[in-house]
Amino acid sequence: MWAMVVKEFLQLRRDRRTLAMMIVLPLMLLIIFGYAASFDVSRIPTVVVGPSAKAYAQRLEKPFALAGAYPAQGLAAARRDLRDGKADVAFVTGGGATRVLVNGADLFTARAAETAVARMAAAQVDLPRLQAQLRRLLPPGHGDLFHTPRPTKVDVLYNPGLKTALVMVPGLAGVILVFIGTLIASLGVVRERQAGTFEQLAVMPLSPWDVLIGKIAPYFLVAAVDLGLVLGVGMWLFDVPMHGSWALLILGALLFLFVTLSIGVLISSVSQNQGQAIQLAMLTVLPQILLSGLIFPLSSMAVGVRWIAYVLPLTYFVEISRGVMLQGQTVADLWRPFVYLAALGAVAVTFATLRFYRLLNPAAGRDRHRTSAAGKVRA
Amino acid sequence: MTFGLRGVSVRRGGVLALQDVDIVLPPGEVRVVVGGDGAGKTTLLSTLAGALRPMEGEVLRPEARRIGYLPAASGVYPDLSVAENLAFAAAAYGSRGAQARERRRMLLARAGLAGVEQRLGAQLSGGMRQKLGVIRAMLHHPDLLILDEPTTGVDPVSRRELWWLIAHAAAEGSAVVVATTYVDEAERAAELLLLDHGRTLGSGTPQAVAAAMPGRLYAGDDPPRGDAVDRAWRRGRPWRLWCPDEQAPGKGWREVRADLQDAVTVALLRWELSRRGGAA
Repeated sequence: MWAMVVKEFLQLRRDRRTLAMMIVLPLMLLIIFGYAASFDVSRIPTVVVGPSAKAYAQRLEKPFALAGAYPAQGLAAARRDLRDGKADVAFVTGGGATRVLVNGADLFTARAAETAVARMAAAQVDLPRLQAQLRRLLPPGHGDLFHTPRPTKVDVLYNPGLKTALVMVPGLAGVILVFIGTLIASLGVVRERQAGTFEQLAVMPLSPWDVLIGKIAPYFLVAAVDLGLVLGVGMWLFDVPMHGSWALLILGALLFLFVTLSIGVLISSVSQNQGQAIQLAMLTVLPQILLSGLIFPLSSMAVGVRWIAYVLPLTYFVEISRGVMLQGQTVADLWRPFVYLAALGAVAVTFATLRFYRLLNPAAGRDRHRTSAAGKVRA
Repeated sequence: MTFGLRGVSVRRGGVLALQDVDIVLPPGEVRVVVGGDGAGKTTLLSTLAGALRPMEGEVLRPEARRIGYLPAASGVYPDLSVAENLAFAAAAYGSRGAQARERRRMLLARAGLAGVEQRLGAQLSGGMRQKLGVIRAMLHHPDLLILDEPTTGVDPVSRRELWWLIAHAAAEGSAVVVATTYVDEAERAAELLLLDHGRTLGSGTPQAVAAAMPGRLYAGDDPPRGDAVDRAWRRGRPWRLWCPDEQAPGKGWREVRADLQDAVTVALLRWELSRRGGAA
C-alpha cells in the first residue's frame, strides 16, 4: 500500500496545475460565494407615483431607496418603471389605499419588499386608538377581550444580522470538498487507463484496497489542508463564528471527505476516459450543491426531490457544519447526520472496493477458476 | 516449474480473441509469440499475466509477486522519473536492500539508461521507455517474465540492448515470453508460437517451423501473373512464390529453401487463402 501512496503523492506533486487548482479554487469559490452569493437585500430601488407621492416618499425607510417621486403620474407609469428596470417596487398613492407593485422577476428582492411593506403597514396601525374604538362599540364587560398587545420582540439566534455569509461559509467548505473529492479524484484511475499503466497495475501484487487507499490518500491530505484554509479564511473574512467543537467539525469533515473521495474513485473506475469521468462527477456534484440545503431549504422541496437530497452526502455535512459552527451543537444533537454519512461512506467504499476488485482481478472473475498453491488456474 | 497455457480460449468484446492455444514456458528459456496486428499476442500475454480471464483452458503461472510484465504500452509512468518508476516497482514487489539497488544500477547501465535516472518518463525516447519498462519488469527476478512487443518502434542499438536484457533474464532462470511482429527476433527464441486471428498457425523451434512449411518455395526477378499473384510476395528486390503442390511455376523461377521468415509468411498466406476459400 505504501508504494502506491508514495507513487500517487509523487504524481500529484508533479501535476502542478491540478495542485494549484486544488489550492486556489477553494479560495476563489469561498470569495465568490462569500461576497457574491448573498441573499441579503439591503437596497430596493423604489418609485412613488400619485398625488401624495412627495409626502409618501419622505416617509420611506430602508431597504426602500427612492428612485423617483412623480405626483403627476399614475399606475401605468409605475408599471412602465418596473418593466424598464428603473425600480423594483412602486408605491401608487391616491384613491384610498396605497397600492404597491413589486417586481416578481427578482425573487429575493420581491420577498424582501413584501416583508418590508408588511412591516410598514403594521407600523402605521394605531393599536391603542383601534382598541378604544372597539371598546366603545362593544357591550360593557366585553372590552376585556382586548388587551393592549405588548410589542413583539424578535431575537434572531445564531445569526443575529441574518448574514448570508455566516450560513454559506460552513456549507461552502463542504462544496469545496465535494469538488476536490469527487471531481479531481475521479480522474485518478482514468489517467492510469489512458497512460496504459492500469493493466500493469492490475497484475502487480497490490490488493484492490492498496490501490484504493493509494488513490485517495494524496487528495485526502490536500482536501484536509483546503478545509482548514477555507474555514480559516471564512472566519477571518466573514466573521463566521465557531460556537461548537473543532474536533466534532473535523471528524464530520473527514468522514464526509472519505465519502466524496470514495465516490470520486468509484466514478473513475467506471469511466473509460477523462471526459466521461468529469461528466459523471458533475452529475453527482451539481445535485449536491442544489439539493443539499446549502442554498434552498430542504423543507421547501417536493417530497420526491427531498428524498434525493437525503442520499447526498453534502446534505449531512451542511447540517453538521452549520450545527457545530453556528449553533454550537454537540454529538447528541448531530448523531443522526453522522450515522447517515457513515452509512453513505460504507456504501460508497464498498462499491469502490468491489469495482476495484473486478478491475484488478479480472482473471479471478465470476466463473469458477481454481488457483492451486502453484498458481495453476483453470477455467 | 514450467508455466504456460493449455487449450486456452479468450473472448474479448464479444470476439473470440484466442482459440484453444497452448504454449509451454520452461524456466531459463525465451519463447517468442509472433504474429501480425490483431493476431492475439497481447490477449495471450495478458491472460498469462492474469489481466484477462480465459473462457476455457488452463493457465499455469506463478503468484503475482513472481511475475514480471511489460504491457504493450510500456507501463512507464510519464509523470514519474526513471528512478521513481523503478522505486515504485521495487516497493510493490518488495525488492529492497543493497542487492536490489546494485541490480537496478547494473540493469540501468546495461540498458544505456545510466545518467538519466532523474528524467521523467514522458521525456524518454520510445526506445528508452521500452528499456525502462523491461528493467522494471525484471527488477525483482521474476519466475515468469512476460514482455509484450518490447522492441516495436525501437532503433537497432536499443533492440540489441533490449535483447541483452531478455537473454540475461533467461540466463538468471526466468521463463521468458516475448511477443513480437519481427520474425528475425523469433529466430533467437528456443521455440516460437505463430498466431493469427487468435489461432495457432505453427509452433516449435525456428528450424522445425521452417522445415514444416508445406509445398515448395520459388524465387524470381519478375512478378508472377494470374492466380499466382495471391501466393507471391517480395523479399528485398526478388519475388517469392509459394506453390502448395508439386506443380512448378515455369520459366524464370528457381526453387529455394525456406527460412523462418518464408515459413511464417506462407503460414499467414495459407490461413488467409483458406479464409477466402482459395486453394490452400
